Amino acid sequence: MKSQIEGLFGIHERALLLRERRAELLAHNLANADTPHYKARDVDFRAVLAGAQAETGIGLIRTSVRHLAGAGADPVLGEPLYRVPAQPSIDGNSVDPDSERSAFLDNSLRYQASLQFVDGRIRRLTAALRGE
Amino acid sequence: MSLFRIMDVAGTGLAAQTVRLNLVASNLANAETVSSSVERTYRARHPVFAAVLGDELAEPAASAGVQVLEVVESARPLQAEYRPEHPLADSEGYIYRPNVNVVEELANMISASRSYETNLEVISTSKQLLQRTLSLGQ
Repeated sequence: MKSQIEGLFGIHERALLLRERRAELLAHNLANADTPHYKARDVDFRAVLAGAQAETGIGLIRTSVRHLAGAGADPVLGEPLYRVPAQPSIDGNSVDPDSERSAFLDNSLRYQASLQFVDGRIRRLTAALRGE
Repeated sequence: MSLFRIMDVAGTGLAAQTVRLNLVASNLANAETVSSSVERTYRARHPVFAAVLGDELAEPAASAGVQVLEVVESARPLQAEYRPEHPLADSEGYIYRPNVNVVEELANMISASRSYETNLEVISTSKQLLQRTLSLGQ
C-alpha cells in the first residue's frame, strides 16, 4: 500500500516541479526584457520530461560544490537552452516580451492542469478512505 | 518553493523599472532647467540594467532577476542659446539648456511602464498558482 501512495501522483508531481522551474526561468526573462546583452533562456519541456520518465540522467558525483556538474546536472530542469530570437535587437538582448508572456501564461495554465490532476487523485483517495 | 522565487525575480524587475521611471520623471521635470554654465547644467540620466545570476555554485540555473548597475549621464552636447536678456545668462550672454530629448524620454516611459505591467502580471499569476497549490486537496 505504501508504494502505491508514493506513486499516487505519477508523472504530475514531476510535471509540477518542472512547470514551476520553467515559470521561474520565464519570469527571469521577463524581468530582464530591457537588459542589454541578456539572452533569453527556456527549457525543452518534452525532452526534460522524457528524460525524467526514462530516468536516464547520468549524474556525476561531486565531492565539492566547486566541481563542474556536467550535462543534466539539474535533476528537475536539465540544462536550459538559449532562445533563437525572431527579431534580434541591436543591444544584444534576445527577449521577446510578447512571446515570453504567452509562454508564461501557457506554462501557468498547464501548471493548473497538473494541479487539477493531483487534486483529483487526492479527492478520490480520501473518498476511498472514508468509504462513504 | 520555486513560486516564491518567481515573486522575488519579478520584484527585482519592478524595482528596476521604477528606477527607470523615476529617472524619466526627473529628466522630463528638468527638461527646461536652464543654467549659466556648462558644468552646472542638468544632463539626462539613464539607468544601466544588468542581469543578476543566482549562486551558480549552489544551484545550477538559479536566477535572481535584474538590477540597476549604475546611472549614467548622457554625453550628448548641451545646447547653448544666446539670450542676453535672460537673468541666468553668463558674461557673454549665453544660457545652457539640458540635453534632455523629450520625445525619447516619453518613448522610454511607455517602454518602462509596459515592462512594469508585465512583471506585475507575473506576480499576480504566480500568486494565483500559489493559492491553488496551497488549497490542494481541500
